[in-house]
Amino acid sequence: MAERKMVATRDAYGLALAEIGKENPNVVVLDADLKVSTKTSGFAQAFPERFFDMGVAEQDMISTAAGLAAAGKIVFASTFAVFGSGRAWDQVRVSVAYTRLNVKIAVTHAGITTGEDGASHQANEDIAIMRALPNMTVIVPSDSVETDKVIREAVKFYGPMYIRLSRPKTPVIHDNPNYEFKIGKGEVMRAGSDATIFACGLMVSLALDAAELLAKEGVKARVVNLHTIKPLDTELIVNCAKETGAVVTAEEHSILGGLGGAVAEVLVENAPVPLARVGIKDTFGESGTPDELLAKYGLTPEEIVHAVRAVIKRKK
Amino acid sequence: MISKEKTAELEAIAIKLRKHVVEMTCAAASGHPGGSLSAADIITVLYFHQLRKDPKDPHWAERDRFVMSKGHAAPILYAALAEAGYFPVDYLKTLRRIGSSLQGHVDMLSLPGVEMSTGSLGQGLSAANGMALAYHLDKKAGRIYCLLGDGECQEGQVWEAAMTAAHYKLDNLTAIVDHNKFQIDGPVEKIKSLTPFADKWRAFGWHVLLCDGHKIEAIADALEKAEKTKGRPTMIIADTVKGKGVSFMEASPLDFHGKAPTEEEKDKALEELCRREKK
Ligand SMILES: Cc1ncc(C[n+]2csc(CCOP(=O)(O)OP(=O)(O)O)c2C)c(N)n1
Repeated sequence: MAERKMVATRDAYGLALAEIGKENPNVVVLDADLKVSTKTSGFAQAFPERFFDMGVAEQDMISTAAGLAAAGKIVFASTFAVFGSGRAWDQVRVSVAYTRLNVKIAVTHAGITTGEDGASHQANEDIAIMRALPNMTVIVPSDSVETDKVIREAVKFYGPMYIRLSRPKTPVIHDNPNYEFKIGKGEVMRAGSDATIFACGLMVSLALDAAELLAKEGVKARVVNLHTIKPLDTELIVNCAKETGAVVTAEEHSILGGLGGAVAEVLVENAPVPLARVGIKDTFGESGTPDELLAKYGLTPEEIVHAVRAVIKRKK
Repeated sequence: MISKEKTAELEAIAIKLRKHVVEMTCAAASGHPGGSLSAADIITVLYFHQLRKDPKDPHWAERDRFVMSKGHAAPILYAALAEAGYFPVDYLKTLRRIGSSLQGHVDMLSLPGVEMSTGSLGQGLSAANGMALAYHLDKKAGRIYCLLGDGECQEGQVWEAAMTAAHYKLDNLTAIVDHNKFQIDGPVEKIKSLTPFADKWRAFGWHVLLCDGHKIEAIADALEKAEKTKGRPTMIIADTVKGKGVSFMEASPLDFHGKAPTEEEKDKALEELCRREKK
């Protein structure tokens, strides 16, 4: 398997934010006592007058972000994914989504790879509860290169957005710096005709690894980076389902209601084909290193390979 | 100081707004009359004396902004916006009807003049803080106002916001509590006491003013004092009566929190308000 550079998406976020701060004086950033972890500290240092530390008060942070946006600011609000989604969900719902205000909820430490902090800090349900909100755009960048582009697009895009980032260094899978990121448009990263693997976040790199393994046994798996969970690229999903006849989803999130749930909804209504969901199987996580946890909770290339073999077997 | 003539004019407007509240909620057969009537004088002074605004240009960038944190008191805000010229008074009768911009709880996207969507209690003060922060950043002269319920102050987020406003020295923010002493399940003091209420806000770093929330001069005076206060936000605790202006609602505030008057009750209420109008 290809040796890839390792960079954390949260680091890419912090760097992009600090640069954007220079270009756009209308951008303000809020954090809830986690600026060193979420990497908003770079922006905070460069533009202290446009950075507001809200303390350990996520609900207040989200509604305050809404007020700043109502008065014309482009607002990034950051904390850990569990708190930015769950702790402040009603504030996101009423103050941000219902009002369709220009608030970007950019959260880090999503998923099980948050690691040693354990279950209380591992957001495995956030995609589900965020995509259920009307007006909300939900994006899970696959690597640091894509994260940079997502953040720049987020500044140009008007409206609420949930951007889900990771703590650990993850493989950089986009080596073409000219890769064009488009909100709502999935990216076919590897051609194939036997099955399609839809993945998001760090699971895209594992899906590419899985496709490589499958190729050795003569199975041609297509790999699609579905970075935007909402609005979902239904056209691409339906086309891939029809062309390859079997689908696997892979996400660092519960198999309930996230990418797998979203793809399942589209398939059942438009192009029913065998589907298997790789993800956290409706359970809480625990402490451990990111790699140990990925292995223990079945987020591996091997698990994706099994799933692909299984859906191909179920083809008529 | 506000003049005698202006005071009389505002008193007349307040009665007019109360009549709208009674008529609207009766027509809708739902809505929250009690907490709308208790806020009528506060809203009147804000919308017809204090706020710098332009109903013909509701999005004027330099305007003062008002956040109705107790979003269920939508009827009194709608009455004020209509009388101030944001939309025709006749439209008030569409309150809570399907397709109407007059949503059960205020919605900024459907009605120009509404500055923040609320309804989930406890969020408005944070949003007002955000606006005040933005105005400070942009060096705008406009002020931000926010009205809360006393029951609402049981929400933890209100106190998070209280810390934020004091920490960031938001002296362009005036918050007002409609202290009518009732919530849905009973008297606020019995359900979960706020005492010592003023001291709590002081301890959180706020400049606190107490006033009679049904006296036009007192409200205007407090708002003026708040505007002159530098370096910290001001909280005006306005002593009010739930259902104020309609005797039978004042007498049973728990019955008229979220229940509209019937036709007969409406007529009775209007009769009383008209009598006051003539005085
Ligand atoms: C978060 C939230 N919880 C519960 C409610 C339901 N609710 C609507 S009004 C109200 C009581 C509010 O009391 P108060 O703030 O004193 O309002 P007022 O008496 O001025 O009408 C409650 C519990 C709500 N709207 N939002």
